[in-house]
Amino acid sequence: MKKDFNAKEFAINNIVPIIFIVLCIVCLPIAGYSGQYLLSQIITRIMRNSFLVLSLLIPIMAGMGLNFGMTLGAMAGQIGIIFITAWNVVGIPGLLLAAIIATPIAVLLGWFCGKMLNMAKGREMITSYMISFFMNGVYQLVVLYGMGPVIPIHSDQVILPRGYGVRNTIDLINVRQSVDTFWQIQIFGVNIPVLTIILIALLCIVIVWFRRTKLGQDMRAVGQDMEVAREAGIKVERTRILAIVISTVFAAYGMLLYLSNMGTLNTYNSHSQIGMFSIAALLVGGASVSKASIKNVFLGIVLFHLMFILTPQAGKNLMGQAQIGEYFRVFVSYGVITLALVLYEIRTRREKAESAKTLANLQKEGAKA
Amino acid sequence: MQNVSKEYNGNPVLKDVNFTLKQGEVLGLVGENGAGKSTLMNILFGMDVIHQTGGYGGKVLIDGKEVKFASPLDALKAGIGMVHQEFSLLPGFTAAENILLNREPENKSVLSLVFGSRANTLDRKELQKKAIEAITKLGVSLDPDMLVSEMPVGHKQFTEISREISKSSIRLLVLDEPTAVLSEKEAEMLLKAIKNLSAQGISVIFITHRLQEILDVCDKVIVMRDGRIITELDAEKTSIPEMARLMVGREVNAGHAQTKSEERPLSENIVLSIKNLWVDMPGETVKNVNLDVHQGEFLGIGGLAGQGKIGIPNGIMGLYPAGGHVMLNGSEIALNNPRACLDASLAFVSEDRRGVGLLLDESLEWNIAFPAMQIQNKFLKQYLGGLIKWRDQAAIKDITDKYINQLQIKCTSSKQRAKELSGGNQQKICLAKAFALQPKLLFVSEPTRGIDIGAKALVLKALREYNRQNGVTIVMISSELEELRQCCDRIAIVTDGAISGILPASTPSEDFGILMVGKTHKEAE
Repeated sequence: MKKDFNAKEFAINNIVPIIFIVLCIVCLPIAGYSGQYLLSQIITRIMRNSFLVLSLLIPIMAGMGLNFGMTLGAMAGQIGIIFITAWNVVGIPGLLLAAIIATPIAVLLGWFCGKMLNMAKGREMITSYMISFFMNGVYQLVVLYGMGPVIPIHSDQVILPRGYGVRNTIDLINVRQSVDTFWQIQIFGVNIPVLTIILIALLCIVIVWFRRTKLGQDMRAVGQDMEVAREAGIKVERTRILAIVISTVFAAYGMLLYLSNMGTLNTYNSHSQIGMFSIAALLVGGASVSKASIKNVFLGIVLFHLMFILTPQAGKNLMGQAQIGEYFRVFVSYGVITLALVLYEIRTRREKAESAKTLANLQKEGAKA
Repeated sequence: MQNVSKEYNGNPVLKDVNFTLKQGEVLGLVGENGAGKSTLMNILFGMDVIHQTGGYGGKVLIDGKEVKFASPLDALKAGIGMVHQEFSLLPGFTAAENILLNREPENKSVLSLVFGSRANTLDRKELQKKAIEAITKLGVSLDPDMLVSEMPVGHKQFTEISREISKSSIRLLVLDEPTAVLSEKEAEMLLKAIKNLSAQGISVIFITHRLQEILDVCDKVIVMRDGRIITELDAEKTSIPEMARLMVGREVNAGHAQTKSEERPLSENIVLSIKNLWVDMPGETVKNVNLDVHQGEFLGIGGLAGQGKIGIPNGIMGLYPAGGHVMLNGSEIALNNPRACLDASLAFVSEDRRGVGLLLDESLEWNIAFPAMQIQNKFLKQYLGGLIKWRDQAAIKDITDKYINQLQIKCTSSKQRAKELSGGNQQKICLAKAFALQPKLLFVSEPTRGIDIGAKALVLKALREYNRQNGVTIVMISSELEELRQCCDRIAIVTDGAISGILPASTPSEDFGILMVGKTHKEAE
């Protein structure tokens, strides 16, 4: 009796990951991919996305919810990449230079976003979402009209033939897979990019370490109750801004790794897509608006991207159309985010009802006795 | 403090306040609500409200030197700690983490050279040690690893105080009504702790409405009224009636408990019958309550804090999840449905005045008329056969003025906003609101909590008259037994979520005391 109860609890608390596991299991035989292919694909996706998803953890810790503003970091990363492509700096030095360019931009954007979010306490998620739309406009203005006449970039590879504005897609041949192939080993015929793994592991360690620092403790305090933290002398506003700045900078670096792995930059779309997919992946891993761990990040990426890989093929094999899977994945990401947000509310309410249930049970037992 | 004065928007609230406090002394501060105690403490503590409203006059001297605190942080540095009425604790942190919040011991690391001191990691062992030190200094039992969210109220209070005294420079501790939320036993422990602190050379300013506690722990007492210090008394030589008289500036008829001769016969009719009620109200859990309320009686429900007495009306009125059976005049009332209760002519005056009881930003008229308008379509003019309903402003004003007169509500007009009134007057508004519903049965929960003696007497009198003259059945929940004994016919005592006994109000207090500690009458004999 007791075991059943626990299993049900477990299922309710992890409903999102469970839905995904079931979906993947259903799609697996229909898609008909080999194990080795899937494994190498998954590893590629983990390498590509985990840095980005990890960047979301710190604002959650500070009680600011899912940082839709990570798009800002992604923009900063893209601007860095545009510059080094135009200047033709190749390989790992190129990426390092891009990081150096992206960092101050990300700090500035993160600071701006943090400031805004401090003015909209309690509504961080919708505000950061709107800020990312707004900044997208600014980004487009800079990239589409600023680059060329105002910001001196004159590479044919980057600039549109009309003389100003960046091309729709940029081929990142200079930095393509430069981190991944820097030190690669093969296990069971699957390429393992060791340097990328080291970088991601390093970030994980940084996050674990960060939780134990004074700043980390302050963020947890601010996340629980801003007023109490303020009374204790913690600089609440500053701490919140720092959380967003750190997240934005990590998102910028994550975007660099992502782009170098992809090998192409979709100038006007990559950043907005990546924000949504990263958040969806984190939620698929079982995170909630107020609680997320490194475990959620990796589980989420594996499940979410496994579905991405499987559904187009499954769609093709079932309906003769790969498009259906493509459509499916966008619709599913929005669905997952919505579901997670709603579930969070329901869960909080149910936790309250839980103790009521025990009371009722107690009385029933009392009546019997 | 010398000649301290303060004005809010041109209204002087403090005039020429002078007092001194020696090291290790315990000073009791008493006064009616609105006497200026909080303002005085806010000045001492450098709270933002003071600066935002134009600062204060006079001087605050510490060790003979004048100090001017720009913020509470400055006051903390000077060794002044304050424990407010509301807890400021983080529910997800342990007691130890809360005690040393933002003063955590740190380990330096290489990375902090790059990122600054906030990149230091926390020294958990040291944190634990320091927290235990503070708890021992206070002399209470408290588990440093317990999460605040899982603590009983008393332990939260101890955590707060431990946090203040863990500050190394602490010399003066201000406690603002620390015992208001505590059970008698917890309050006793706290009083003992205060004596401990004073023995260690820490001065304490102790604000409370419970005058007995002043006599128990304080060295001297300051009585405030209308922004002035009326007198300074030696705690050993004064008495409760003396303090009470000085506080209100008139002889308080402390009221007496009902005597046998005043007892009224209990009606045969049972209005409300409660069977196997459970209520999940955090901190006030009701487990299994069976209770019959008779027609026209004034029933008191008493008991220690946290035993569940407050949970009973909150559960019946649908504010917290509840189960069981509640019958009103023989018909079952749906639980977890506030509307159903209100439709059945039950009314409830909540203990949470500001949260549940009032629309703080609205006028008194609105506050009083709103529920009646909403639920019973009163104060509405109907046009087109009820399709269009307009507020009947004149009727609303009439009824508001009637209650303002009747309950002696101090306000500038019936248009004043509810949040501008003092606690006692807000409570009267809550009563008026319930009266306007003309209920068959009225629940009143802790009607005198946090209001001063003068207002208390008026509130109790109003309730008593309402019951006697209009024949409305009233169930009043209160932590103060004497209060219940003054107005009730019968008093039920709640212990551990169930009724442990019901006695007539004329029964001696000791008998109720025995019930409160959970023994039935027979066992005690």
